[in-house]
This record gives sequence, structure tokens and C-alpha cells, in this order.
Amino acid sequence: MFLSIELATIIEKLILIVIVVMGSLVVAMYTTFAERKVAGWLQDRPGPNRAGPFGMFQPLADGLKLFFKEEIIPNFSSKALFVMGPALAMMTAIMTSAVIPWGDKVHLFDRDISLQIADINIGILYVFGVVSLGVYGIMIGAWASNNKYSLMGGLRAASQIISYELAMGISIIALLMFTGTLSLKEMVLQQQAGHWNIIYQPLGFLIFIICAFAECNRTPFDLAEAESELIGGYHTEYSSMKLGFYLFAEYINMFISSAVMASLYFGGYDVPFFNEAAHADMGNWLALIGLGAFLIKIVIFIFIFMWVRWTVPRFRYDQLMHLGWRILIPLALFNMLATGAAILYFGK
Amino acid sequence: MQALTDRAENVDRKPMNFLERMYLPAIFKGMLITFRHIFTRNPTIQYPEQKRAFSPVFRGLQILNRDEEGRENCTACGLCAVACPAEAITMEAAERLPGEENLYREEKYAAKYEINMLRCIFCGLCEEACPKDAIYLSETFTPADYQRKQFVYNKQDLLIPNPVTDKEAYEKALGNRPKKHLDN
Repeated sequence: MFLSIELATIIEKLILIVIVVMGSLVVAMYTTFAERKVAGWLQDRPGPNRAGPFGMFQPLADGLKLFFKEEIIPNFSSKALFVMGPALAMMTAIMTSAVIPWGDKVHLFDRDISLQIADINIGILYVFGVVSLGVYGIMIGAWASNNKYSLMGGLRAASQIISYELAMGISIIALLMFTGTLSLKEMVLQQQAGHWNIIYQPLGFLIFIICAFAECNRTPFDLAEAESELIGGYHTEYSSMKLGFYLFAEYINMFISSAVMASLYFGGYDVPFFNEAAHADMGNWLALIGLGAFLIKIVIFIFIFMWVRWTVPRFRYDQLMHLGWRILIPLALFNMLATGAAILYFGK
Repeated sequence: MQALTDRAENVDRKPMNFLERMYLPAIFKGMLITFRHIFTRNPTIQYPEQKRAFSPVFRGLQILNRDEEGRENCTACGLCAVACPAEAITMEAAERLPGEENLYREEKYAAKYEINMLRCIFCGLCEEACPKDAIYLSETFTPADYQRKQFVYNKQDLLIPNPVTDKEAYEKALGNRPKKHLDN
């Protein structure tokens, strides 16, 4: 038969999709809470602590508040595009999670279930493609608002993401030359067998993490929503849950880019100093431990995102462009050449 | 040019060296500083549950005093109203009738006594002007209400609880402030 997909596979994938999407939403929800808590700790104050024990229900209260707020669509906006903007931002943010290997195989109901929605052989290219689509959400929303501040925020976001995507892509090329694969799963397996890629690609990682900050529109690169100059930037005209979607998409992006960084450079679901192959008899527990290790790595990256945000001030726009075009891209090119030379010399 | 003070410092205008231009060491240094703040004790006072201790000269809402037998001190002389820079105090006097000796200490009393708390600036001049120790500023603060007119406090709002019938509430309303007394 041409399409010989079992029904069980479809069900399995659907359940996995629901779990991953819901999981990313919950994680993003609590990332907003964690952001406020971390900001509090770094500034010698307790952060939100009123709603429930330790303020645990704060994100629920925030979400509820956003749902009940008045929905304002400006009279002179392009209404269809205005609604599409936040939806697109949210959709692209969630789509990326499809190719991330959350863990190894789990053996359930006589089936080997891979904890990855789609192990496509061009995983990293897919991530790049979808992430670059993410800027359309911001641009469309900004343009549809028919507001000068929004438009400037959108323009900034667009040119920033284009500039930093180049450096990011080139830093990834060095990694691809080194690992010889585009599949994220394959990369994680290689790191599990050998060493983490961060040992071979420290410069590449540095460039990648700086670009990831820029792609997520996080401080110090949050010029698209620079409150001091642009009011709210691209989401000036948004209110209610549409605004919530934009803010939420940012946190999901943060979560996903943390996951990508962990899989590319820090061994994904590999547990450090622990030989998985020697403990194959642990079965499902092994996969769960791997998943736990992966989540811990993601949490550490998210914390770094926040830590930087509450430490470093925002760049000026010309500084941002200078850093992107005249420092990061040459550096990434140099990293690519050096990696190529090393591969030639050591004949890996 | 001669400097005006000896505290002037010359600005260092050396071009940045390579390490400084990289920014990264400075960023790591800043991140270390912020990280250290995670472990410092935060000075927050969890307000409705915890309250900051007042200074002994704290000036809160006014209270109308009674003597030990529960009689009102105020004789409606009007000195507080005259002293008030915000003109927040109004009153009407009345003569004490026979049989009211247990209510008012002297022959004249305030039949009506109102303070507009929205006008009041809590300067404490009424307290200083009072010759009878009848009004002073308590430790109560941050009143809240839904209507502006509710902030015009009448005599019932202002009077301290009766020390004979409700000793505990009286002590509480008295607070910890050192009080002036008539005898000194």
C-alpha cells in the first residue's frame, strides 16, 4: 500500500502532539511567573507572592485577567491582519517544538514510542524556517495596527531578525560540518556517544546564544518593544488576550530556543557522566531520566535568559546593527573556516 | 582654569582596549553582581500582615480624648480650628445641662465637631493648640472609603472609646505615643 501508516502510530503521535503543545503552554505560563520571581530575587525583593502559596497561581490570575479585558480593535486597522498577527506569532512559536527530541524511546503497550513528534532528517533547517516565519507575526500585527510606533517596532524586529539570522545560520553551518547531519535526533545521539558539541564549538555556541537572544526579542535586543521609545513597540495597539498571545509567544520562543540550544550544544537528553548504553536494562526509566536531564538543561537556559535580561541594558539601534553585521557575522565566518580547517587537518 | 572644589575628578577618555570593547567581561561581571543579589536578604515588609514600627512622633488621624472617667475633654474653644492651616476643623459649642456631668468635663462642650480628612495635612498644630489635651494625632492612618463625603469625620468617628466601659479599645486607640498632659 502507498500509505501504510498504522492507526496506532497516528494516535500515538496525536497524543504526543497534545502533550508537547500543552506542555509548552504550561511551561511558558510558568516562565512568565518565573521571570517575575527571578526579577524580584535579582532586585532584592520577593516578587509575586500573593496568589496561592508562593504566588503559584499568579499566571492563572494573569491569564484570567487578560481574557476578561476589553478587546480593542482600532478603527483604522486592517482588521483581518490585526487578528492574524498574534495568531501567527503563537502558531510559529508552537510549531517549532515538533522536531525537538524530548527523550529516547519509551516502551509502552508493546510499542517503541519515540519522544519526538517528527524525526525529520532536516530538523535544524525546519527550526530555522519556522523561526524566521515568527517575525511575520510581529510584522503583520505591527503593520495592521496602523500606528507609527507599532510600525517602527515591527520594522526594527524585522531587520533585527534578518541581521541575526545570518550569523546564527553561519554558526550552525560550522556545527553541521562537524556533525555531518541535519537531524536533531542524530546530533543528540552523536553527543551521547561522544562529547557534547560545546567542547568543539565554544565560539559557535557563543554566537548562537547571542543570536538566540536577538531572535527571541529578549533584552538586550528587545528594541522591537522598547518601552522608553516606542510605547509598546509592535503591540502598542493590542489589548486583551491578543496582547497575551504576543507576550506568551515570546516565552514559548524562549522555551523552544532553550531546547534547541540544549540539543545542539549540550547533549539534549544525555545525562552527563552517565553511560546510557551500559544501563539499557533500565528501560523506560532511562528515557524518563533523559527527559528530566533535558528539562533541567532547558530550565538553566531559561534562567540565563532572565538573568541577562535583568542585568544588561538595551542596545542602541546602531549598536545592534554594528554588533550583528560587523562583529558576529565575520566571527561566525571565521568560526566556520576554523572548523573546516580543523576537520581537514584532523581528518575526522 | 581653577577648579571650584577639590572634589573634581578628571574623566578618563582613553579609548577602550580590546577586552573592554568585547563587552563580554563587563557583562559577566554585571551578571555576577546581580547573581549575588539572589542570596541577599530582601528588605520587604509584607504590608498588611507586617507593619513597620512608627516613629514616636508619627502623626496619624486625629482622635478626641476623654479623661479617666470617660468624660469628653473638649470645651469647644475653637483654638484648634484657628490653628488649623488647612481649615479642616469646624465645631459648634453647647452648654452642659444639669445631669450631663458624667458626659462632659466642663460646662461647655462641642455639640458638633467635624474634621475634613481630605483637607487635613496632619501637621499636628491642632494638638499643639489644644489647652485641654482634648485632641491629638493617633497612630491610625490610611483611611479608605468609597465617597468623598465619608471623609468628613464627625464627633462619633473621632471620639476615643470610653475608658470606663471599653478599657481595651481605649488603650489601643491611645497608642504608644508620649502624651502631653494638663498637669505638666
